[in-house]
Amino acid sequence: MASLKELQTRIKSVKNIQKITKAMQMVAAAKLRKAQDAAERSRPYSDRISAVITNLSASMAGSEGAPQLLIGNGSDDVHLLVVATADRGLCGGFNTNIVRKTREEIVSLEAAGKTVKIFCIGSIGEGQLNRLYGDKIIKTVSLKEHKTLTGAIAAELGGEITAMFEADEFDVCKLIYSQFQNVMTQVPTIKTMIPAIGVIGKYAGKEGEHASDEVFAPDLKGAAYEYEPDEEGILEVLLPRNINTQIFSALLENVAGEMGSKMTAMDNSTRAAGDLIDKLTLTFNRSRQAQITSELIEIISGAEAL
Amino acid sequence: MADKLQFSLVSPEAELFSGSVDQVDVPGTEGDFGVFADHAPFMAAIRTGAITVFNDGTETQYMIQGGFADVTPDGLTVLAEICILMSDVKADTLAGEITKAEAALEAAEGDASLPAAQHLDGLKQLAESL
Repeated sequence: MASLKELQTRIKSVKNIQKITKAMQMVAAAKLRKAQDAAERSRPYSDRISAVITNLSASMAGSEGAPQLLIGNGSDDVHLLVVATADRGLCGGFNTNIVRKTREEIVSLEAAGKTVKIFCIGSIGEGQLNRLYGDKIIKTVSLKEHKTLTGAIAAELGGEITAMFEADEFDVCKLIYSQFQNVMTQVPTIKTMIPAIGVIGKYAGKEGEHASDEVFAPDLKGAAYEYEPDEEGILEVLLPRNINTQIFSALLENVAGEMGSKMTAMDNSTRAAGDLIDKLTLTFNRSRQAQITSELIEIISGAEAL
Repeated sequence: MADKLQFSLVSPEAELFSGSVDQVDVPGTEGDFGVFADHAPFMAAIRTGAITVFNDGTETQYMIQGGFADVTPDGLTVLAEICILMSDVKADTLAGEITKAEAALEAAEGDASLPAAQHLDGLKQLAESL
């Protein structure tokens, strides 16, 4: 059995750990509220922008001049997976779940004979994917140095991805992140960003299959849409922005999810530490009692021997 | 004019306005335009400038930098890249942005110089109206 001194140090260290996890839980709870607010505030914009693209693609689908960002470049051999994870660990299964989803996607894509490239946003995801798919990771971006997420950060990432698409480095781009539902539940989600029409209608990824009947068109009451400047001009600006917006909202959802997950994980550890402290204290008291008893016996038997 | 226009103004960070108004004036890339209720379906890119919202005799102005206006039979939606309530805009931040825009215009070449010039112009007009 461990000595009293050893037990005492252990109890003390567990107590310290509990203090830390408790503080982390409270910090996460405070950040969660902010992150959740931000995620919710960004939703109207991303909803509207996809609605606008739906409108536009309804009139553009099938036409020759449709931009490649909208309908794809005709092939789907090279897939770019943009994996957005957190930059910090200690948040339960949050990162692992995203990485697992990514692995499943990679396995199924490779089974179909596609080439996979990975763009990591967040250093934890890179760390976990590096072991198996290190050769596929083409870039890693860490957002650690940014205190708050702004549209500008997402715009930078989006611009990079758009430039890569224009340089023909990939054909299809998918974004993997965690959709925030509530503190307990975050759902790892895969979203197709390029071609954009995949987001809206059911797009099989093959040429000529636009499934335009799936595209929802608003009731214009017989009037025709007017564009200023023309459709191409608007789409040219709108589509890259749509990518930025999707990345931005994915990052916001991720932050909210990370904080929720961290809060739950830290709550669990605080509780586990509490249990451990109780157990250790019990053992400590017992062995102290045993020591006192044995000392008493020694004294009494010593007295009797006289 | 009995009908009101359903207007919503959203930026990536937040939804700034949503509700019924009488009229909205929007700075389009090809010129300003006003939108009333029952406007024809219309979509336009927006340049840097001020959006004016008229409702019940009051005017509210927002500074907007880039974005889209989408008019459908349901109303007007403005997707703004950057959008701030005019009364929250500070003259010195605007001055800083003008310096930045001037530098961007210097650096811009060919086709890129037109939007850069438009952006600078819009900023200058905003600074004057402050």
